[in-house]
Amino acid sequence: MITDAAPIVTARIGSPQSWTLRSYLDQGGYDGLRKALTMDPGEVSEEVLTANLLGRGGAGFEAGKKWGMLRKADPVYLVINGDESEPCTFKDHMLMEEDPHQIIEGTLICAYAVGASQAFIYVRGEFALGLERMTAALNEAYAFGAVGRNILGSGFSIDVVVHPGAGAYICGEETALIESLEGKRGYPRDKPPWFPAAMGLYKAPTIVNNVETVSNLPWIVTNGGAAFAGLGVGRSAGTRLFSVSGHVKRPANYEVEMAKVTFRDLMYDPKLGGGIREDRELKAFVPGGVSAPWFGPDQLDMGLDQDAVGKAGSMLGSGSVVAMDDQTCMVRAAWRITRFFHRESCGQCTPCREGGGWLDKVMRRIELGQGRESDLDLLLDVCDNIAPGLGWPPQKTTICVLGPSIPSSIVSGIKMFRDEFLVHIKEGACPFGR
Amino acid sequence: MADDPINITVDGKAMEAKPGEMVIAAAERGGVYIPRFCWHPRMRPVGMCRMCLVEIKGPRGFSLMPACFVPVADGQEVVTDSPKVKKAQDGVLEFLLINHPLDCPVCDRGGECPLQDQTFAFGPGESRFVEEKRHWAKPIPINPLVALDRERCIQCSRCTRFADEVAGDAMIDFIGRADMTEVNTFPDRPFTSNFSGNVVQICPVGALTATPYRFKARPWDLDVVESTCTACAVGCRMALQSSSNRLIRHLGVDSDPVNHGWLCDKGRFSYEQTDNPDRLRTPLVRKGGQLVESSWNEALSMAAEGLRRVHDTSGPEAIAVLGGARLPNEDAYAWAKLAKGVLGTDNVDCQMGDGLPAELVLGLPRATIDEACAAAAVVLLAPDIKEELPVFYLRLREAVVDKGLKLIELTPQATGLSRHAEVRLQYRPGEAAAVTRALAATRVPDEGAGGVSAADIGAAAEVLGAAESVVVVLGRASLAETAESIADAAGVLANALPDATFLSALRRGNVHGALDMGLAPGILPGRVSLDEGREWFAEAWGDVPGTRGMDAAAVLAAAAQNTVQALVLVGADPATDFPDRALATQALAGVGFTVVVDLFGDGSGPSAHADVVLPASGYGERTGTTTNMEGRVSRLGQKVTAPGTARPDWMIAADLASRLGADLGFESLDDIAVEVERLAPSHAGLTPQLLARPGYRDGVLVPLADGMPTEADRPKEAIEVTANRAHLGNVPFENEPDADAPLEPQAEPVTSPTQAPARSRPPVLRYLPGSPARQAPPVDAYSLRLVAVHNLYDAGALVSRSPSLSALAPSPCLRVNPADLGRMGVKTGDRVRVSSSRKSLVLDVAADPHVLRGSAVLAFNAPGEGAADLIDISEPVTDLRVETVK
Amino acid sequence: MARLTAENLQRARQLIGLYPQSRSALIPMLHIAQEQDGWLTPDGMAHVAELLDIDPAEVYGTASFYDMFFTHPVGRYLVSVCTNLACLINGADELLEHAEARLGVAPGGTTADGEFTLEEVECIAFCGAAPCLAVNWRFFGNIGNDDFDRLVEDLVAGRLADDVPPHGTLNRVGRRVGLTAGAASSPPATHEDDATPEQARPS
Ligand SMILES: Cc1cc2nc3c(=O)[nH]c(=O)nc-3n(C[C@H](O)[C@H](O)[C@H](O)COP(=O)(O)O)c2cc1C
Ligand code: SF4
Ligand code: FES
Repeated sequence: MITDAAPIVTARIGSPQSWTLRSYLDQGGYDGLRKALTMDPGEVSEEVLTANLLGRGGAGFEAGKKWGMLRKADPVYLVINGDESEPCTFKDHMLMEEDPHQIIEGTLICAYAVGASQAFIYVRGEFALGLERMTAALNEAYAFGAVGRNILGSGFSIDVVVHPGAGAYICGEETALIESLEGKRGYPRDKPPWFPAAMGLYKAPTIVNNVETVSNLPWIVTNGGAAFAGLGVGRSAGTRLFSVSGHVKRPANYEVEMAKVTFRDLMYDPKLGGGIREDRELKAFVPGGVSAPWFGPDQLDMGLDQDAVGKAGSMLGSGSVVAMDDQTCMVRAAWRITRFFHRESCGQCTPCREGGGWLDKVMRRIELGQGRESDLDLLLDVCDNIAPGLGWPPQKTTICVLGPSIPSSIVSGIKMFRDEFLVHIKEGACPFGR
Repeated sequence: MADDPINITVDGKAMEAKPGEMVIAAAERGGVYIPRFCWHPRMRPVGMCRMCLVEIKGPRGFSLMPACFVPVADGQEVVTDSPKVKKAQDGVLEFLLINHPLDCPVCDRGGECPLQDQTFAFGPGESRFVEEKRHWAKPIPINPLVALDRERCIQCSRCTRFADEVAGDAMIDFIGRADMTEVNTFPDRPFTSNFSGNVVQICPVGALTATPYRFKARPWDLDVVESTCTACAVGCRMALQSSSNRLIRHLGVDSDPVNHGWLCDKGRFSYEQTDNPDRLRTPLVRKGGQLVESSWNEALSMAAEGLRRVHDTSGPEAIAVLGGARLPNEDAYAWAKLAKGVLGTDNVDCQMGDGLPAELVLGLPRATIDEACAAAAVVLLAPDIKEELPVFYLRLREAVVDKGLKLIELTPQATGLSRHAEVRLQYRPGEAAAVTRALAATRVPDEGAGGVSAADIGAAAEVLGAAESVVVVLGRASLAETAESIADAAGVLANALPDATFLSALRRGNVHGALDMGLAPGILPGRVSLDEGREWFAEAWGDVPGTRGMDAAAVLAAAAQNTVQALVLVGADPATDFPDRALATQALAGVGFTVVVDLFGDGSGPSAHADVVLPASGYGERTGTTTNMEGRVSRLGQKVTAPGTARPDWMIAADLASRLGADLGFESLDDIAVEVERLAPSHAGLTPQLLARPGYRDGVLVPLADGMPTEADRPKEAIEVTANRAHLGNVPFENEPDADAPLEPQAEPVTSPTQAPARSRPPVLRYLPGSPARQAPPVDAYSLRLVAVHNLYDAGALVSRSPSLSALAPSPCLRVNPADLGRMGVKTGDRVRVSSSRKSLVLDVAADPHVLRGSAVLAFNAPGEGAADLIDISEPVTDLRVETVK
Repeated sequence: MARLTAENLQRARQLIGLYPQSRSALIPMLHIAQEQDGWLTPDGMAHVAELLDIDPAEVYGTASFYDMFFTHPVGRYLVSVCTNLACLINGADELLEHAEARLGVAPGGTTADGEFTLEEVECIAFCGAAPCLAVNWRFFGNIGNDDFDRLVEDLVAGRLADDVPPHGTLNRVGRRVGLTAGAASSPPATHEDDATPEQARPS
């Protein structure tokens, strides 16, 4: 059931020139920061802890807890992750273009709470307009006195840098992002010991938070953590932005209350996804980014609850839901996702670098009608060599979880649509005509 | 305590691990080998290849973790042999092979390739990969010595990490992403590192191969023995490999106190000198103006006759022996005994005017390489060690970059370490001592000193004042300033920093051993002065020169005047190595009689003026010991036989002595070693038996304390010594059968019935700073003061006789500060006329912002005319006039 | 083909000043170099290496990791067609085929007149308007074959010149404040348009 909870991070979106300082200030902009600066940094953290704000970047780690794990040292850095590249996720893209000041305000609140000495907003390189809007907003914020020296007369000072990426999915992974921010190839670092909160940017303790995560902070500070925690259910508190795409009638970003709203609401409610195009049958859907194992129509009534989805063997991940109707070739869909991971592997770990390429080639072969029946076992065994046990969350043979995410679509595809694979193999062609 | 051992369990077996080490290393020492590709014990782990996955127990039970990236922890449980581990490792192996060309039969690495070995042992019999493999153009040269086959590359990043992390030459990197990642250089910029051969050695597959070695041999055909490199004074341990009695490859051996497994390219490829087909096979004598082949009998007689004639007519002072710094210790001792004990001349010098006074080198308190690397601060009053003592550069660089060593660079030119220096004191050529005086002063003069600002000197003084331990690395930064000026500066430092120790940065292979053995004027074997050792050695040898003789510069000056009338050149080439070529040429032409002991005798180099040329055995053709810059004595290995009738230098000395009617008293190398141990005070206790113990295969520092090896030399557990060498397979070290017997202190001389020294050993030298050196004249605004530096690749015999290296020697080019160039209206690439008081040359010129204004840097000993033609060794500095040529 | 111009050099120096460690400025500097020449020339990369005191191979190694950097020349317009999941199931493969036919080049190719380079890319986060593409990283959504043809014509005719700058130009808004490099006090003379970009997202 879709609830009437008021939007938090998208409240201003759609208003004229929502990305300008004028518009932002007219709608209560920087009040949260103003309030935070009157509080003790510890109090700000406390509010966020109370809010139960789960990270919106993919891993869903509680923001307040993460801040509490920061190693005590000087300096401390803050990095905001705006690299959004998980396929079919486009919410951060919108936030950066439409409400950049909200991100800056959230960044400053976070920086104040954790005692950061400098903050970096890493914007996916391809987001040209997002970069322009973020940069312009930062210029305005400096001029307004909300960033820089003696912020809003509080005595708190910090510099913020908008940093462009240059096209590499893996740089969304926090340690790869840090390497990239250090001017290097985006190679994820082995954890342990490279947990950013202990050893991050320039080896200093570093907080990495997602753009949407920090966009919630002005509201949380203004309205109190308890108000946020009052939305949603349990650990899945507050509202969350979902990117809904694929075969729904109204593909777009929707901010809904967590847990209470279901996947069915998201895809079928007339105010949300609006149902499947041409009112066809839903065949399967991606519940949280293409890294996540697929769900079938039988899971439509599950709430958008991080823990429930996790228990069911997948994840809410990046908050992207892709509906696939009965006209979808699942082999092709899984192949395209595999190809993505193959191309985007950073290339460090042998299983990911070589396994990704191998799986891509076999999947392509099957889709093009050159598959063999033994390929299915081969696929599963190769997947097992990347992510032993093929469970979710996956066991790793690699440094980061990009590698173990490769099997998701293949294993889902073979498990849910084995017959469709076999038809490709037996008929030597794709039954969907391509 | 932090250093208490850590207890872990591997496959149920209890093991002791060292704090901070990785599971993979601890397990290996405990006897469990975990497969790996990217991990290398001398580089930071990256955990990339994932071959070393094992199960390690954490808070949430066992999970797969890379053994190379998980540090040991007390109580840690590791499982390396479970089905889960095996499946993961097999999976990684299969992944590595899918895009691998599997061209083992034509691969240089075949037979010593971990990928091949792993596949052979555990790999799948049949490939499940039926897709098209990845293809690259191959092989491509990444520099003249190294070829790259990207299809064989397994992306372990060992080479790129070596280049960046170890060598500081990040000229190769990963290019591209995912499975299209390749190693490569920047377009059209080759991997011009002095250390490029190391990437070949550490590449776990055949992706990087050495061009000189490609297709020359198969590993299983190679014979191998362990030895010490003598291409420079670092003395890296290495393995000599031969096939069909030809040296074919050098590999670095991991010696913990010295080279950590690395070699420079000069050392690695210099086997080509030994293997050179132009090597001299028989003695030559000059007849009718021509050098003609002769017998040993005739040649030795002629040599003895010529020497005796001069001795009898003009006295022993008219004879001089130059060279010996490339000989093993035993040979150097034999030549010292021949010259000083038999011929009776003290005109003996193993340095070519390019070194430092023997008293300074032998008499200052010494530091080891490890001590320099562990010091709080190092003063680098030395040449560019990246060019002259390359692997020492690697060690020192690591200490600065990773361990917080503070470097004070006191050089007239920028060096390979400049970018890592805490403070740079780039002084005006010739004025090092002025800077050290200012450093030592209670108040730094406002105007600074020697061209260095007061602020910089103050900063350096602050670093030194705060440093708990200081090591001074001491050598000749420029051959256009005098050894006296450096000795002066060193003396000031020694007085100002009474606790500082010194590491001499002389470059020639065994120059330290030759000095130890007395191949210097005023010195007798065992770091003893002529005066203090006279009676002791007179008793043992029968005779010792009465007064201190001349050094090389004085000898050559005297030869030019014909007061020195007979010259013996033992592996010495004054015409290329002596800083003042005019003087050297005059001397060689003027001296009446010349005997040359050398590897080559084609009428060029030293043989040009020779009356007799005696062919000597080369590196790898004989055993013996050598001494490195820190005084570490280690054994040389023999793997091939000398060409023709060439024989070891000590034997030539003994033969010559007998023609002169004397008996040097030894018939074997061991005889010499025993005599050295007995007579040379610094070598007391250093018996051949000691060096033959496997625990001391990395060598022993002299002098020994009370006849026992010092703490630093205590043998590492045998397992560790072997583990360091594991990647080479089992490199044989020919040890004595009784090598495991307990060591006995040998402080007192072992007296032999025939020659029983009645007195106690003379004391080892201590250096006493002398008087200040001559001042450099005031700078003249119209000229540039010369800085003459060594390149790794030069016109010296080792490089020029090694075909793969000789092409790498750069042609001379005068480097000048852009401001000075601009003032002269010249630009990079122009040719200029360069004139000194000696000569006028036309040279290429290049702008270099790292050159001090008012000076000019020129490589010494580059092929063709160069710095040696400009330098007048009697002047404290060399000023150059530079004019444009039309 | 070149090293950075004086003006770009100043921008580069300002970038270096923004970071605690200079190498962090590498990627932003490469964007400037690519804006200047349309691709990363060897001279441009070598100049960046010099400014950061690192080896050119490290610059090349880093640049080549990222899809947006080209170390060979590309067209004035880089047309990036997404064929990842949301676009795929909304006709992206067909759109790409049409684009190949219309431009006469395969993905990776550049038209003979040097105007267009076509590439097939992974998700560009514009999935709400699938199938979609980007031209020089300006996004266009819900693209049918006719829309594609019209877009190409508009680009050729210069009708989109304000929205779609030549390849390489990414962020036309320069940072104006808190610059520590060179001059924190005197405002840097940059060429950027200071105005807030107002261009609406074309669709
Ligand atoms: C392969 C991979 C890609 C990722 N991509 C993104 C991304 O594009 N944006 C993002 O915010 N987080 C991404 N993450 C998650 C980040 O590593 C990190 O958890 C997150 O930025 C933390 O912010 P949060 O706690 O606010 O969610 C990715 C993780 C992985 C393993
Ligand atoms: S799993 Fe893949 S993307 Fe992640 S570090 Fe390893 S190779 Fe890179
Ligand atoms: S050896 Fe451990 S990952 Fe390569």
